[in-house]
Amino acid sequence: MAAKQVSRRRFLTDMARTACGVSLFALGLGLYARRGNALPPEFIRPPGALDEEKFLAACTRCGICVRDCPYGILKLAELGGENPATGTPYFIARTGPCEMCEDIPCIPNCPTGALDHALTDIEKARMGLAVLIDQEACIAFQGLRCEVCFNVCPVRGKAITLEYQPNKRSGRHAMFIPVVHSEYCTGCGLCEKACILEREAIKVLPIRLAKGELGRHYRLGWKEKAKRGGSLVTPDREHRFNLPEGVEYDYSTGRIYMKDKSGKAGSTADPAKPKGGAASILNRGIQEAK
Amino acid sequence: MATPIEELGHDALAKKGWLGAYRWLILRRITQLSILGLFLLGPLAGIWILKGNLSSSLLLDTVPMVEPIVFLQMLAAGAVGITTTTVIGFLIVMVFYALVGGRAYCAWVCPVNIVTDTAHWLRRKLGIRTSAKIPDHARWWMLGFVLVVAAATGSLAWELVNPVSLTHRGIIYGMGAGWAVILGIFAYDLLIARHGWCGHLCPMGALYSAIGSMSAIRMRSDNRAACDDCMECFEVCPEPRILPPALKQGMKQGLPPAVLSSLCTNCGRCADICAKDVFAFGLVLPRERMASPSREGAAKAVDEGTIKQAP
Repeated sequence: MAAKQVSRRRFLTDMARTACGVSLFALGLGLYARRGNALPPEFIRPPGALDEEKFLAACTRCGICVRDCPYGILKLAELGGENPATGTPYFIARTGPCEMCEDIPCIPNCPTGALDHALTDIEKARMGLAVLIDQEACIAFQGLRCEVCFNVCPVRGKAITLEYQPNKRSGRHAMFIPVVHSEYCTGCGLCEKACILEREAIKVLPIRLAKGELGRHYRLGWKEKAKRGGSLVTPDREHRFNLPEGVEYDYSTGRIYMKDKSGKAGSTADPAKPKGGAASILNRGIQEAK
Repeated sequence: MATPIEELGHDALAKKGWLGAYRWLILRRITQLSILGLFLLGPLAGIWILKGNLSSSLLLDTVPMVEPIVFLQMLAAGAVGITTTTVIGFLIVMVFYALVGGRAYCAWVCPVNIVTDTAHWLRRKLGIRTSAKIPDHARWWMLGFVLVVAAATGSLAWELVNPVSLTHRGIIYGMGAGWAVILGIFAYDLLIARHGWCGHLCPMGALYSAIGSMSAIRMRSDNRAACDDCMECFEVCPEPRILPPALKQGMKQGLPPAVLSSLCTNCGRCADICAKDVFAFGLVLPRERMASPSREGAAKAVDEGTIKQAP
């Protein structure tokens, strides 16, 4: 009987000892996972990757996507350093951007849905978002012609456009400013790779870092009005201009008309056919501004 | 009489020759390295037979395979990405190891086996006899907690540090600081605990032992009457506590002549080292298995001294 009690005690002690040891291990692993699962911003997931949180539950870390990438840009994270979660795939835009293959070969063999098999149009991929992050360094802002990022962009003319701004330094030139549009940018990183600076001024960032978000309660009056087809509160009041007597401003065309003698707006001031006179001169100004 | 440790394997060598005394060990090393080689053939030579790594892979670009512990972690983490391919890959691996013996993975596939076998060999050569005592159920706790941590973090957290996938992936894709983990396992097995990792802690070993527990392919000991108690098999067996029921102890109790414990890795070292040819691989049908004792029973037999533990 005594022997049995001792063995029961030993059994319980053994169990407690193991439970304690393994719990410590689990605690350590859990705490390490917080750091080990972090994704530093310069590491970009392959196209079709689920949101990072879901990706870490779905990716088996097998590297089949790495093998199927014809450009060899994907790598599996190694243990240690500032790397993403051990064994997960990534690329670094500055050294090897996604070439945006039309058939997206990295996705179909993914054994799980970590890379979304529903993504078949590479232009719908959202690996990140290019951001022209340093306007002080970008030479376009010095008034110099570069436009390399605009020219290499595979979603040409949509993801990056050139917007003209007056060059205030010279007073008579235009600056060709590259502007990224999140509606089209796939985050492939070709622009970051191509940026001519020593260190790139345009970088692909994770969307969570690159995008702001308007408060959900915001309503933009003009959009709401367009949706409804008219004012939501009181009817619009007619705007009053301080125009000389006999002159009228037309809302819809933005033009100025001379009233004819009957008091109705006449067509004497059609700028397409300038006839001289006060209204024509005023309208010519509008035309030039356009 | 128990063979002195310095003479371990001498009888087998004398009787069966080098090839006979290391047959299963050589076959295992060839298998382990071939599997690694098949994964490396693609990136190094452009011949794509196996793509991926042991965590999941694609055979001839068609047959998917998914590591069970990875699949279970996905379930625990609530992964949204489990596809038909994932499930098929998981089932293929499950069925295969349920048939050939789950822990055959440990002895014939796992790359860490080479590391821990080497540590064990060096331990013997250096005469290190001390060992921390780790309870046998620790590996099950490890398996449980691996799943708990996966659920708690919502990620395959164990795969951040899993020595098995680190080693295999590291060799194929790049090791990084993974060497430190492998070295840690080696030092732990060498200096702290005998068969410390594979034999006590590895949660994958626990899972594979569960998967293959009913496998028919077993180490049989039909010739156990010839056993001369040299104890050499206890010295080389990675799970020595599972041997007594298959040997004279089991014979006295009327147990079937086979190693029936699910912890057996089907490594075949006992067959290699035995000069009396007690062991040979064979089949154990369910009828015969009915008489199998529990693992506790076997361990108790060792504790009670009816069977002497390896020196």
